[in-house]
Amino acid sequence: MKEMLPLFSWDPGPFPDARGRFGAYGGRFVPETLIPALDELAAAWRSARADTAYRDELATLLRDYAGRPTPLLAAKRLAEACEVRAKVFLKREDLLHTGAHKLNNTLGQALLARRMGKKRVIAETGAGQHGVATATVCALLGLECIVYMGAEDVRRQAPNVSRMGLLGAEVRPVEAGSRTLKDAMNEAIRDWVTNVRTTYYCIGSAAGPHPYPLIVRELQRIIGEEIASQLPRLPDAVVACIGGGSNAIGAFHRFVPEKKVALFGVEAAGRGLDSGQHGASLSRGRPGILHGSRSYLLQTDDGQVVEAHSISAGLDYPGVGPELSMLRDDGRIEVLSATDDEALQAFRLLSRSEGILCALESAHAIAALRKLPAALREDREATVVVNLSGRGDKDLATILAAIGGAS
Amino acid sequence: MSRLSDAFPRGRTALVCYVMAGDPSLASTEELLLAIDGAGADVIELGLPFSDPIADGPTLQASATRSLKHGGSVASALSVARKLRGKLRAPVVTMGYMNPIESMGLRGFAAALRDAGIAGCIVPDLPLEEAAPLREELDAAGVDLVPLVAPTTPMERAAAIAKLARGFVYTVSVTGVTGARTEFPPDLAARLRELRAISSLPVAVGFGIARPVQAAALRGLVDGIVVGSALVAAHHEGGVAKATELVRGLKAALQ
Repeated sequence: MKEMLPLFSWDPGPFPDARGRFGAYGGRFVPETLIPALDELAAAWRSARADTAYRDELATLLRDYAGRPTPLLAAKRLAEACEVRAKVFLKREDLLHTGAHKLNNTLGQALLARRMGKKRVIAETGAGQHGVATATVCALLGLECIVYMGAEDVRRQAPNVSRMGLLGAEVRPVEAGSRTLKDAMNEAIRDWVTNVRTTYYCIGSAAGPHPYPLIVRELQRIIGEEIASQLPRLPDAVVACIGGGSNAIGAFHRFVPEKKVALFGVEAAGRGLDSGQHGASLSRGRPGILHGSRSYLLQTDDGQVVEAHSISAGLDYPGVGPELSMLRDDGRIEVLSATDDEALQAFRLLSRSEGILCALESAHAIAALRKLPAALREDREATVVVNLSGRGDKDLATILAAIGGAS
Repeated sequence: MSRLSDAFPRGRTALVCYVMAGDPSLASTEELLLAIDGAGADVIELGLPFSDPIADGPTLQASATRSLKHGGSVASALSVARKLRGKLRAPVVTMGYMNPIESMGLRGFAAALRDAGIAGCIVPDLPLEEAAPLREELDAAGVDLVPLVAPTTPMERAAAIAKLARGFVYTVSVTGVTGARTEFPPDLAARLRELRAISSLPVAVGFGIARPVQAAALRGLVDGIVVGSALVAAHHEGGVAKATELVRGLKAALQ
């Protein structure tokens, strides 16, 4: 069991440092009220990580409850359809229980919450996948669950709202600002400031104040670990979509020290990178502070946060995690983007070529197959892994509306 | 000690009044600042609008949104202060979040505060560990960086915060965001006594203080009280007259 799940089995590397910094990024920019709680969380995480009982319980749940390891599928027809000669593999996080990679993180954090004696769990959600994953583990462990969700996302992700309700969670729609993920996270932080003594805040992305970017990365790192163990040799490239970036850092982290593995992060170009309506913080933002850490941020000249746009609710976020911000500056990841239309085309391509309805978030990563460097695309010996982070059931209404019901 | 510290004279409880710059217009802010200064505010807190104010409850969120909608910004807020320089009896401190400050550049921000005659600066999302770079720039500009202490802050940490404080120490009364409340934690008085014992600077308490009766209950227990959301709500609902009336009532309760 422990061999199958190499979580915690090796040195995670020098980042973040003791202050929670990834180079110039990360840190803790939150109200003073939360600082002692973040210290408590960091200590609890260190203790859990060192505890065999915690690791074994998580490993067992990841196998028996979540369904790990997820398959790595050779996607020949997709490769042909995208005119890629390299071998394309899909890492099937969409097959995980609840339909996305988010459960890797919420299982680990909910076990941590229980260890810390916190019986009330709050979360923010964009597409609803993290909300569903949090509601699911709270049901499993008998914890109270409250999920903040932007009112616009409540509208466009209705099936997930219903799921959370059926799982016993309370969904609180947030009417402020753009009424999307950014505002849901503001409201979750406000709840935590108010109820910090009794409440565990389960952040869904590798973002937020230290130690969240560390904890979420460590819990998602299993994606890349499995990819490495499922291939006979290292892949030549790994591709993942980036909203806040938890599936991307999870897929990439194993390969960051392997300089021969190219890492491609795909942001939401929305209505186009020059339209002003996108979620491409690494491509078009500049460093700033939002939700407790310094990272790339879409903002105005005088430092007001700009509302993001993407057809995919999970990528509709003006910030990004601090570690990906550092890796961008280091040139270790290459940042690509896909528009709403390109993501929709990729969704249809994957549906017809492989029989998989993927999430619109993941469709951005599929769309990037056409945008990889020609040398990589043409190389028959090369291996490209795309992290298929989630399944598309939640997006059917959006997709059908966007393509006018046509097939 | 500084000009800001001097606004909290020993033996009485000073009144700190919050105004959101640019809600709904710069002209109205100018009028309001002059009026509350005349009504007895000892210190004026000038809110700098931000799109994502995570430490603020609904009243101040709505106020920031109105300000931004009417073109409010950090720069325009400081322009009001600069215009009123020398015309206000009470020293002015800004209250605003870190991103617009970093966006302006720490040195540029510090210089802009100095040029506007502003005495101090409060940044609700800048805890002790992250504060050094801004504090150094503000020190060089002769502007006080006022830190916050929360109910969850252990006393040892509170002492470390107080040691690096400038101007005064801002104590948060309750775990939570800004906004009017009817009750305070039962241990607030004891907490304030402990904090005053470890701080060489004045200690002010804020979050939740809305009415003269609450101000009267805190009189003598602390060097200053901060009234924010209640004043913003009074101004929004009843204009300068209603806001001024609240300031007079609070002031009388502290006498």
